[in-house]
Amino acid sequence: MSPLEACRWLEGTRGSIALHESIWVYPIVESVHVLTLCLFLGLTVMIDLRLLGAGLLETPVSKVIRRLGPWMLAGFAVMVVSGALLFYAVPVKTYLNIFFRLKMTFLLMAGLNVAVFHFTTSRTMPRWDLDRKPPLRVRLAGGVSLLLWAAVAVCGRMIAYNWFDKIPTALPR
Amino acid sequence: MSVLALFTWFEQSWIGEGIRASRWLFPVIESVHLLALAVIGGSVLVVNLSLLGLGLGRRSAAELWHDTWPWFAGSLALMLGSGFLLFTSEAVKLYYHEAFWVKMSALLASLVFTATVQRRTALADPERVTAWWSRTVGLVSLLLWFVVGAAGRWIGFS
Repeated sequence: MSPLEACRWLEGTRGSIALHESIWVYPIVESVHVLTLCLFLGLTVMIDLRLLGAGLLETPVSKVIRRLGPWMLAGFAVMVVSGALLFYAVPVKTYLNIFFRLKMTFLLMAGLNVAVFHFTTSRTMPRWDLDRKPPLRVRLAGGVSLLLWAAVAVCGRMIAYNWFDKIPTALPR
Repeated sequence: MSVLALFTWFEQSWIGEGIRASRWLFPVIESVHLLALAVIGGSVLVVNLSLLGLGLGRRSAAELWHDTWPWFAGSLALMLGSGFLLFTSEAVKLYYHEAFWVKMSALLASLVFTATVQRRTALADPERVTAWWSRTVGLVSLLLWFVVGAAGRWIGFS
């Protein structure tokens, strides 16, 4: 089963149809997805600004991550669930949308950046925890994170515009 | 000049015309609006979480107020600028849209509340403000901003 076939199957399920045709639930899920951006991306930005040496400078890096991290992660969980529901409501069109594919690519890259920071860069944190201007590698992690998450958000917004949409019916069955 | 006449004038201005004539200008301005939302949301959340005694804690509120102020002010300016451009492109439609008026009223209330009650509470000596009051201020601020955001999203539906 190809991914496209899987999406076609998903689109025919009762839940997908109900969500797609709902008057209130779909807009509400979309609103949750957009507003949770403040919790997830907003706090990510605050943490990244600290890594960049551009904000929250009076607070140690470890404290910023420890205290804001759980809220940021809670936001991420809501983003993933609401985002999955939005995909579930419109699977084929979304799967074929170029901005959706770009968004997933940037999402993967942003995740890799977090993993690299978590498993390697942050190990030396005791040495720069209090620095107002952390070492280059740390600032780089913060800057790359800001750029990648901004790209994720912008591509997400663009999914709604169908400039480059392929017409699903014109594709081979 | 009535409000409707003013809105019509905005919509027919070269800015409104230009944005409507372009295929990608509206989405690009929307994206700026969205990215600024993340920054303003983050700075509002950091201060309010601390007023609630969560996040970086009540004791950090005054420090966080100063720390986040440039980011709050900068992203607010970006929000207002990009929001105004979006507004000009469809001002007459917005005149008849309830969500738009709800958003603008809540925005005004949020800004006044932030500049007065929230500011004084965040900058006050934590020993002299009850935890109950701090929490109420944090909660009211979050609720007001939530209405701004939710009504803003709702403008896009219909």
